[in-house]
Amino acid sequence: MIGAVLLLAAVGYVLGLLFATGPAGLVIAVGVAIFMSAGSYLYGDRLVLASTRAREVGPQEEPRLHNIVEGLAIAAGIPTPRVHVIPERALNAFATGRDPEHASIAVTEGLLGSMNRVELEGVVGHELAHVVDRDILLGTVLATLVGAVVLISESFMRAWWWGGVRGRRGGDARGGGADALLFMIGFLFLILAPIAGSLIRLAVSRQREYLADAQGALLTRYPPGLASALRKIQASAGIPMHAANNATAHLWMNQPSRLEGERMGTLERLFATHPPIEERIRRLEEM
Amino acid sequence: MPSWVWIVLGVLTVLLAVGIWTFNRLVSLRNRVENGWAQIDVQLRRRYDLIPNLVESVRGYAAHERELFEHVTLARARAIDASSVPDQVEAENVITRDLRQLLAVVENYPELKANESFLALQEELTGTESKIAYARQFYNDQVMRLNTLIQSFPSVLIARAFGFGERQFFDIEDPVRGPSEVDFAG
Repeated sequence: MIGAVLLLAAVGYVLGLLFATGPAGLVIAVGVAIFMSAGSYLYGDRLVLASTRAREVGPQEEPRLHNIVEGLAIAAGIPTPRVHVIPERALNAFATGRDPEHASIAVTEGLLGSMNRVELEGVVGHELAHVVDRDILLGTVLATLVGAVVLISESFMRAWWWGGVRGRRGGDARGGGADALLFMIGFLFLILAPIAGSLIRLAVSRQREYLADAQGALLTRYPPGLASALRKIQASAGIPMHAANNATAHLWMNQPSRLEGERMGTLERLFATHPPIEERIRRLEEM
Repeated sequence: MPSWVWIVLGVLTVLLAVGIWTFNRLVSLRNRVENGWAQIDVQLRRRYDLIPNLVESVRGYAAHERELFEHVTLARARAIDASSVPDQVEAENVITRDLRQLLAVVENYPELKANESFLALQEELTGTESKIAYARQFYNDQVMRLNTLIQSFPSVLIARAFGFGERQFFDIEDPVRGPSEVDFAG
């Protein structure tokens, strides 16, 4: 998390260089870093939920899901988290928030439609384990901080691209300096993006997923439920997830795919935020 | 002061710290047990409320199951009036068994199973049943931790001195959970 704040401070510093010179740049950098960190601690969950277009549902709307979340929260000895549904066909789920008192669980419509009660209990148990272990705070803060880096960098890259096109058309010689600057910032993005990716990979260890699987199974006292849910998720791997992006990939129950029929390549496996699903199923079956 | 005074003071301080820590742990576990019991109670009450509704809905279709209706209604009354934990546990186990039987009867009536308000009632009942099971699981876990601490040395000394008593488990009659629920939950 300190790394993410530093990364953000660096981006802020570059921003500062653009608009001011000397110590002002550093002041802006530190200001941005503090503001973003506090903001992501307090409002990170809302940002993440909004970015996935999740909608909060009440007990009347989704009685089955609500009953399951409430029951497992009782088993875990924590207050019932808020329940959200994401309008996506892909099968996935995530938990966010800063502590068990401020937690939310979100599942996709696809998941709700294709899981039976025991399987849904397995998925919710896994997510509640993340809530109990407070993995959600780290995951949420990371998602918002890295999201900010990606957003800022991408917008500069775009500004360079479109600015460049306009500049060439108009034959404007003045654009040269600004072009170079925007290009440099875009180049910074190229360097920052993999760093951000590794950062997430380092912070949210894949071991945490195994741990959440095991703890979730301890809550439901029925490991085959989650194993069967994971098998269904695996079978549906080709369905793309529109709401997922690099900033939130690590939060999901299973690594979301962005393209139709996408399969994991060697490079992706190397940078995967989640352990292979077959291995997770195997470990559950051994319990 | 001679050095032995410091040693004695040091030992006493450590003992006091351990004592305070143990006492606080006992208090927090006792509160968790009480909270666990309250959770069970909330869910059991919810079930008491649902039983008459269920009996009414099934009665319209399967009037000949009168004995079962009376049995579950009686068990409900007995559970509400129970004054000791073992009495209540026994009555609740009877209710659990009767409810399962009632839901098995429902399987024979497709029109009832297709009824929207009955489906909502069934979801409520299934949800409440599993919440009871989870609340019981949490309660029993906490009771085990409390009892272990009370029986272990040296916490047993603190527990005796301040009157922390062991608690009773909420015994599960039928520990098999999971697949059996799929049948009527789909």
